[in-house]
Amino acid sequence: MMDPLAALRVLVPCRGTAVVIPTMTAARMWAAVSQRPELDLPLSGAMGKASSVGLGIALAQPQRRVIVLDGDGSLLMNLGSLVTIAHMRPPNLLHIVLENGVYLTSGGQPIPGRNLVDFAGLASAAGYAAAYTFDELAIWEAEARRIITEPGPVLVCLRVRIPPHLPQVRTRRTLEALPEVRAALAGA
Amino acid sequence: MAPDASTAPARYVLHARIVLEQLQRLGITHIVWLPDTETGAMQAAFAAFPFTVVPVCREGEAIAIALGLWIGGKNPVVSMQNTGFFEQGDSLRGLALDLHLPLLLMIGYRGWRHGAPMEDSAAIYLEPLLRAWGIPYFLLERDEDVGVIAQAYRLAHTERRPVAVLIGSEYAPEASEAREA
Repeated sequence: MMDPLAALRVLVPCRGTAVVIPTMTAARMWAAVSQRPELDLPLSGAMGKASSVGLGIALAQPQRRVIVLDGDGSLLMNLGSLVTIAHMRPPNLLHIVLENGVYLTSGGQPIPGRNLVDFAGLASAAGYAAAYTFDELAIWEAEARRIITEPGPVLVCLRVRIPPHLPQVRTRRTLEALPEVRAALAGA
Repeated sequence: MAPDASTAPARYVLHARIVLEQLQRLGITHIVWLPDTETGAMQAAFAAFPFTVVPVCREGEAIAIALGLWIGGKNPVVSMQNTGFFEQGDSLRGLALDLHLPLLLMIGYRGWRHGAPMEDSAAIYLEPLLRAWGIPYFLLERDEDVGVIAQAYRLAHTERRPVAVLIGSEYAPEASEAREA
């Protein structure tokens, strides 16, 4: 099991100009490490829908890499999106799931299927181009740069520890970030 | 006597092709949808149009995908049945209303009986719910009224909000399809 902040830091030097869509507590953690906030769209409304928003952006901007930072509880709320994404086959979509086994945002209650569900297996079965699971930081670090450029849709499940506390950073609201991200994409 | 929807008079004839032509004129690029009884015949008509069709597994995905498409500079429309509209409420709240998404929503009006008393709860609850959400809506039952789509679209984009068109008649087969049948 990895430290979630350390697992997310791996993405920072290799994201390039990718749009990143972090959701729920992943958004808090990503805000603490991201160096391109103008290309980050934290999604706080409609829990579970980050993967679908990411699909829309990926279809609209096929030349732009799109990275979704999902949670395990969030993805469980929108499992059908795995099939929809696989059907549309966006080659520029990387779907990352932080698996900690709990609803961190509401106090740490266990998710259904904790320690049973294989998220990478679900993505593979749905038809993703590739799917991986990592629980050791060194291996994730060694593979991340290759995976981030791999033709998608690709799902990466990062098995992470429950952090003792979340970073004390200000997370931008979706409505606040949206105009900047939209303008950045329009100028692409 | 009120009209009986089971023997809907011929004046309520609506063709998918007419609707899609209107959407094309409005510059729609993507149709994000889950087929239903009222709008299912669009599938056969899609081939003649340049839209990218994005089929979803559940209606809650549709608004989120449309939001992403709009952020990326595209011009989507969402199509679902009233039953699916009930399912997708949190997406509508958090991603369309809260984020001021200009979005044309086409909703299959299952159970609508052209003004006669309705028995299907999917129909009975639809308009009260739309009013509760504060979503303006227009009724489309026949080809002659297809202009309401443009009205709804312009309102959605002028006021930066979702606006609905209720599809009150099942799409009729095209003349060529009717002959084959």
